[in-house]
Amino acid sequence: MNWEPVIGLEIHVQLKTETKLFCRCRNGFGGAPNSQTCPVCLAFPGALPVPNRRAIEETIKLGLALDCEIAERAVFHRKNYFYPDNPKAYQISQYDEPLCANGKLVMPTGDGDITIGIHRAHLEEDAAKNVHVAASGRIHGATATLVDFNRCGTPLVEIVTEPDIHDAETAKRFLQLLRQTVVELGLSDAELEKGSMRFDVNVSVRPEGSDELRTRTELKNMNSFSFAAKGIEREIARQIRVYEEGGVVEQETLHFDPTQEDSPPLRSKEEAQDYRYFPEPDLVPVHPPSDVVDRMRAEIGELPGARVRRIADTLSFYDADVLVTGGLDRLWSDVVAAGADAKEAANVLANQFVAADISPDAVDAVQLAKLVAARAEITREAFADALLHVGDAGFDAAPYLERKAVSDASELDPIIDAVIAANPGQAEQFRGGKEGLLGFFVGQVMKETGGKADPRVVNERVREKLA
Amino acid sequence: MIDTLRLTAEGAKELLDKKEVSGAELFAAYAGREDEYNAFLHRCGDPGGDGIPIAIKDIIGTKGIPTTAGSKILENYVPVYDATVIANCKAHGLRILGKTNTDEFAMGSSTENSAYGPACNPWDLSRVPGGSGGGSAAAVSGGLAPWALGSDTGGSIKQPAALCGHVGLRPTYGTVSRYGVVSFASSLDQVGPVAKNVRDCAYLYSIISGRDANDSTTVDVPAVELPTAEDLKGLRIGVPKEMNGVAGIEPGVTAAVSRALELAESLGASVEECSLPRSVDYGVACYYLVAPAEASANLSRYDGVRYGLRVDGDDFREMIMRTRDAGFGDEPKRRIMIGTYALSSGYYDAYYGTAQKVRTVIRREHEELFQRFDVIVSPTSPTVAFPIGAKIDDPVAMYMNDVLTIPSCMAGLPGLNIPCGLSEGLPVGLQLIGPQFAENALFRMAHALEQAIGFDVVPERLR
Repeated sequence: MNWEPVIGLEIHVQLKTETKLFCRCRNGFGGAPNSQTCPVCLAFPGALPVPNRRAIEETIKLGLALDCEIAERAVFHRKNYFYPDNPKAYQISQYDEPLCANGKLVMPTGDGDITIGIHRAHLEEDAAKNVHVAASGRIHGATATLVDFNRCGTPLVEIVTEPDIHDAETAKRFLQLLRQTVVELGLSDAELEKGSMRFDVNVSVRPEGSDELRTRTELKNMNSFSFAAKGIEREIARQIRVYEEGGVVEQETLHFDPTQEDSPPLRSKEEAQDYRYFPEPDLVPVHPPSDVVDRMRAEIGELPGARVRRIADTLSFYDADVLVTGGLDRLWSDVVAAGADAKEAANVLANQFVAADISPDAVDAVQLAKLVAARAEITREAFADALLHVGDAGFDAAPYLERKAVSDASELDPIIDAVIAANPGQAEQFRGGKEGLLGFFVGQVMKETGGKADPRVVNERVREKLA
Repeated sequence: MIDTLRLTAEGAKELLDKKEVSGAELFAAYAGREDEYNAFLHRCGDPGGDGIPIAIKDIIGTKGIPTTAGSKILENYVPVYDATVIANCKAHGLRILGKTNTDEFAMGSSTENSAYGPACNPWDLSRVPGGSGGGSAAAVSGGLAPWALGSDTGGSIKQPAALCGHVGLRPTYGTVSRYGVVSFASSLDQVGPVAKNVRDCAYLYSIISGRDANDSTTVDVPAVELPTAEDLKGLRIGVPKEMNGVAGIEPGVTAAVSRALELAESLGASVEECSLPRSVDYGVACYYLVAPAEASANLSRYDGVRYGLRVDGDDFREMIMRTRDAGFGDEPKRRIMIGTYALSSGYYDAYYGTAQKVRTVIRREHEELFQRFDVIVSPTSPTVAFPIGAKIDDPVAMYMNDVLTIPSCMAGLPGLNIPCGLSEGLPVGLQLIGPQFAENALFRMAHALEQAIGFDVVPERLR
């Protein structure tokens, strides 16, 4: 039997508003423990929440970017549970009247668009951070728990997709596209390592062609997209194996250890918690005014998905996707506008530039365009050096453009001859059809010339001489 | 010689303005009086200045002054910030005499649920002062404070005012900030004034009311006018027949209320019978779903992690269970259980959901009456002050004390108690209910009636 995976995602994105969701404490990462707190976020007796207007506006903006309906009336609810990182013992969240619902993200792929439904997007407050104190650093055997309330009450948008995803790669690409959307809208840094973007994955499988929804498992704590894709793939395979062996998949949560990608996740059967949701009586319902919704809509530029589609008309889908989800496509268009070849520019940005880890905003596109255009004519070394500094203030490509590569055959031939003479065995094998050895010879020549040779010329000459 | 039993806040202000007494003398006159009622849980030293002294119900957070909410779980809790109403009082120079006794988390009608022992009634020390604000009521009636702040969820200002024979206002929901006030039931809690007469009540209301940026449920409030009215010409009074015929109403209470209504007619008001059938029938049941549901969440923050009592355990779960078991008395536990049940999956619609619908019905029933009437009048409490211990073993009988005060609370409406006479030597309270934001109108009619009734607020045994 063929099996179809069914995947749904729940994503939490931390908004980078100035202040927290329900108090005036600074919303920021990295302060000394409990330095960004007040009676409200510490849940002192009598403290009351006051909603952050900007956080509501930004949630609406994200909802609009995800093609959601914006509620005319949205309500905050209390979600009740006891935990030391939850000081009121209820989280102010949204339940059956969220700010945004019924949206979709149309995701371009190499084979056309995939539409992934957005069930809802709502606003809620984040919990504090528990720090379990024990020599091992693990919860097990901890002798004490400390709580840092700096994160408590910071605004989170929770985005829940429909179970419209059917493979791990699509899940990964959706997460990347969503991340890029959130970052571009200026809502969040969405950094997985810092926890400003987190996601849970619900996975089930069903016989292909069926539309049933079988028991799902929830994957938690994966802090990279490729880690997630790997985890999803393994879980799909496991569930298929269970069914094929006549077993039953049980509802459980798989807790991954983000520091140990290869270790199997811890499995737990969480009892169905009764959160006793009820409308938060300390807050009044939110009625987003239409002028606010219009203002948010006007702040949204061309979204990443649309740009991938547009750029894929010029480049391959793959290149377009890498540029856009890497946040490089604006620089790419500027570099092309400044005269660089589109494909060359895309290659440079997607490879060397990414490796150099420079912010695209720091780059003067005109200088980068000069480099891209001269790439073949200057030494590899010069090009690599230039890329390291292309983000520096006042960067000038001119000195690097002077470091011409050696492309004169009369200069290269003696070196090539010497290399062939020094490696007779390899030369024999190449002549015998082992084409892969071409790289070896080119490499040797590059080494002899200290990286100054033009590899295309070297390529040609080596082939000729060993023909 | 300052007569703290009789001196009003307005009178005190006059003495201070004319420099007939110093601020220190005035404060000392109250602070030096023995508390024979267990009215105060904590008395303060004179903070200096020459403003009018005031007593504060211990449910209201006061920076640097213990605030226990009448509970063991907050026994050593000292707030780091002032409630907005306290900040407002301080901005007017008011000086805190101390924190007054209350039923634990304001849950009760007799102050017997205080973890620090019951307060008693200055008219008869063997009787309750009402609750939950029995401490503030006893302090004002017993000459320990010229006025006080209380809080009212289902009658905790109005009912003690009735049982102790003075004036108390539960303001329109949303006119007084709840910021810094220990939450019991958020959609019902309101802070309000406890005073010896209507003018003081209005004055204190003017100090504490107004929109607060720290409480999203507050609204702008019309300017408060100190009442001078002496007649009730053109006033249309509705008297709901159900409220004057509830089970257990004492004949002496009915008689005193009837006399007050006759007086009102003689001052020019028209008095007509009307009906609030569903509000009276379902009000208490509805209240005892909504209030405990909200309380069950509001009281969950007392977990021993950040402040208040902590009883250690082997893990978080055990610590929190031991802490809450040791820290809460029977009544909060009872209400937490009722509220948790009412919100539980599978029961929500039948209990909390239905209660919210009934609440809408109650609100509409009142709105309809205010098409025809300016004010609705009834007894505040079906009985005069009852003996300490008489109802403590029967929670439902205790809950039924509030049958007359609860409906208008559920509707978010302002309600004011004025004393209207004695029955068996104990005060009887008259409840005036107005439409939303009609405080000024309530003050005017209450003031005119107060003048006509001429009730002596000093307990007979202290005269």
